[in-house]
Amino acid sequence: MRPETEAELAQIIRETRVPLSVTGGGSRLRPDEGQGQRLETTGLSGVVLYEPAALTVVVRAGTLLQDLQQILASEGQMLAFEPDLRPGSTIGGVAASNSSGPRRVLVGACRDAMLGVRFVDGRGQVISNGGRVMKNVTGYDLVKLMAGSRGTLGVLSEIALRTAPLPPCAVTLALPGLDAAAALPALTAALSGPFDVSGAGWLPDAGVLLRLEGLPVSVRERRRALTDRLAPFGSLIESDAALWPRLVPRMAQGDLWRVICRPSEAPALLAHLPQVLAMDWGGALIWADLPAGQAPDLPPWSGHATRVTGDHAMTLPATAPLVARLNDSLRRRFDPRALFQGGA
Amino acid sequence: MQMPVANAAIVARRAAIVARLRQAVPDAVIDDPAETRAYECDALSAYRCPPLAVVLPADTAQVATVLRICHEEGVPVVPRGAGTSLAGGAMPTADAVVIGLSRMTALLQVDLTDRLIRVQAGRTNLSVTQAVEGQGFFYAPDPSSQLACAIGGNIAMNSGGAHCLKYGVTTNNLLGVTLVLMDGSVVELGGPMGEAPGLDLLGVVCGSEGQLGIVTEATLRILPRPAGARPALIAFDSSETAGACVAAIIRAGILPVAIEFMDRPCIRATEAFANAGYPDCEALLIVEVEGTAPEIDEQMALIRQIAQGFAPLEFRESRSEDESRRIWLGRKSAFGAMGQINDYMCLDGTIPVSALPQVLGGIAELSRRFGLDVANVFHAGDGNMHPLILYDANAPGELQRCEDMGAEILKLCVRVGGCLTGEHGVGVEKRELMTEQFSDIDLEAQMRVKDVFDHAWLLNPAKVFPLAISAPRRQGTADAA
Ligand SMILES: Cc1cc2nc3c(=O)[nH]c(=O)nc-3n(C[C@H](O)[C@H](O)[C@H](O)COP(=O)(O)OP(=O)(O)OC[C@H]3O[C@@H](n4cnc5c(N)ncnc54)[C@H](O)[C@@H]3O)c2cc1C
Repeated sequence: MRPETEAELAQIIRETRVPLSVTGGGSRLRPDEGQGQRLETTGLSGVVLYEPAALTVVVRAGTLLQDLQQILASEGQMLAFEPDLRPGSTIGGVAASNSSGPRRVLVGACRDAMLGVRFVDGRGQVISNGGRVMKNVTGYDLVKLMAGSRGTLGVLSEIALRTAPLPPCAVTLALPGLDAAAALPALTAALSGPFDVSGAGWLPDAGVLLRLEGLPVSVRERRRALTDRLAPFGSLIESDAALWPRLVPRMAQGDLWRVICRPSEAPALLAHLPQVLAMDWGGALIWADLPAGQAPDLPPWSGHATRVTGDHAMTLPATAPLVARLNDSLRRRFDPRALFQGGA
Repeated sequence: MQMPVANAAIVARRAAIVARLRQAVPDAVIDDPAETRAYECDALSAYRCPPLAVVLPADTAQVATVLRICHEEGVPVVPRGAGTSLAGGAMPTADAVVIGLSRMTALLQVDLTDRLIRVQAGRTNLSVTQAVEGQGFFYAPDPSSQLACAIGGNIAMNSGGAHCLKYGVTTNNLLGVTLVLMDGSVVELGGPMGEAPGLDLLGVVCGSEGQLGIVTEATLRILPRPAGARPALIAFDSSETAGACVAAIIRAGILPVAIEFMDRPCIRATEAFANAGYPDCEALLIVEVEGTAPEIDEQMALIRQIAQGFAPLEFRESRSEDESRRIWLGRKSAFGAMGQINDYMCLDGTIPVSALPQVLGGIAELSRRFGLDVANVFHAGDGNMHPLILYDANAPGELQRCEDMGAEILKLCVRVGGCLTGEHGVGVEKRELMTEQFSDIDLEAQMRVKDVFDHAWLLNPAKVFPLAISAPRRQGTADAA
């Protein structure tokens, strides 16, 4: 099914008798998701409103991410967060998975750039929340609730997003030769000073990766200061911007795991994760390759680990019972017929 | 402004309820009417009501105990930080127990590697920054009330500040909370990067105006302090030109940390009060940029070039600490200054920046129609307006006229694509206007969230949602759907 309007979408949901799997481009599905009847959002596409001087764009959820990025670039702008680019992905899919790339360390996640949403819940009702202005505290923030909800509360039909100027100048810097554990203090040093680092990651073959963006003089200034600050870790060399997409690995030999932690907890976790494919967000995000079907044996930490490829979904540690209850009750309120629960 | 009638059965049981609370948390209960007076209202002081009792717990466990008792007794609870809400968010009813967090100010953890700080929720906003500034860090959200307001109140209201154009508001800087639900159960929300598996419960708790749970502890993101900052003051002969200049600066790809706007009535009042030496003009902007000296020079040169295109009356770039202080002095004293010359009501609508000329024109028109003067001061970079309606509180009927005019201005903000409140919250003040911005279905969706966290609707009731719409839930006559 592929509705062309929000009204049609609402009608489909009201009339369906079978569970649905909401998909945008289908590029971000996880194990166990997508089992129901496919409901594709790509028919709901196009920019509804774009005001470059207000740094806002309102776009239908099925719009291709690449198309949107092109429209913004033609005005010298970009999304105010950095999605990880996957061919065919839609802005609705990005929002529903709160997909946030390296720039998160500086500007926040997708949810932080989302100003408003329209969505159709499991009763087939069209709900609007938030708006298209940057500051808005009118009522509860259901925008955040929808961000990252992976289609389990309703189907996004429209999203208002913050945009940002495209930086006139950008430079990727590297400290090669550091292993994952040795990279952590260097990443922390880079993020603890006034350098406005807009990407702080690590790759096995490239070492520490850092990105500076902005006006030319400013980038030059910060590069000099950062080079001094990181001197104890090695000499900072210019590297290749094409490396950044590799911080979001998509496949593993076994199962791909995404581990969220505090950077100070990362060393203990690394010791239990033999195959680390990448680190991002200054060490707060670790991507690991683990034997298929096996759960990693990790020491207690404050974050969580999710299996994103493989046969079955799995998240560690188990969610606290009360939090799980709140999650379930919310889902039941928005989707009383459990139409969208296939992936949850 | 209407509040629901207090539940007489609860008021009649007052002594028993107080005794039970006192037994559970001996030194924390206040019921002497002379002492509970201080909790009759928040900074929206036009509306007040003495509460049933006040409890000042010391930690999460005590908050949980008090909530469990109130839950069992069916007593409504009003959480309170520092009471600086401008929307009546912490205003009690006669049948409600106020839980004040003023004793919960502990600094629990500072972690520079993870760039976070954990505090009890009663700690003031400013003292969070003060705890880490020695190490070169700061906490970004900086409401003008930061000296007094508490982190818990900031989270409940999702408060913002002058620098949010670059750093975002509370929700963008919050990593986690300890939340006590109405039944006394304690839950941890959030996690590293503010991220937890499942739904973003932290995101919906932030800005829920104390209706989903009481925040007792919070983990906040701290940021490295910028190398330096410098403001410029730009004066114009019309508000429209000033507005157009704001749009041009943003359009050019420069993102200052703050862009503030004041119009002539506001400038005049502030000058008389604070004597900041502002130029004689129709409107002025304060634009602040950050970085090292060469970085600031680069940004300032661009801003100057853009501003020249709008023929400013003056472009005053600060050359010293003292000059920076004076440029900000007028803006920072604006509210106090207006209060000296008049009673005023401060609005908080937000609009798309493109609608600025239209809205300023509309406000001037309403000012003529209602016969009340308006001074405008606002965060221009993000469209958050603070029109101040001047009135005489002693003149019969003027407060009502002022409220009616305020409502018209907020409706105008919504009509042009904006919203009722950008940072102060809905509280009791804008409750009945919610239907201007939301359909019944939209509001129903929000109320479903409250059903989940607080099924009996005991936490901070009669706020946020129009009374008629929330009545079945508050009175326990809603369908379980
Ligand atoms: C002079 C002045 C300037 C201001 N400037 C700004 C500004 O620039 N930006 C801005 O955003 N606001 C501003 N405000 C408004 C106000 O300061 C903010 O809303 C602030 O966040 C309120 O904090 P508080 O601790 O005083 O909360 P309170 O007034 O005590 O309570 C506010 C709301 O939060 C709830 N609450 C309080 N603590 C908790 C808790 N621990 N858990 C759950 N709910 C809780 C209350 O029930 C109430 O609904 C200003 C106010 C004044 C008086």
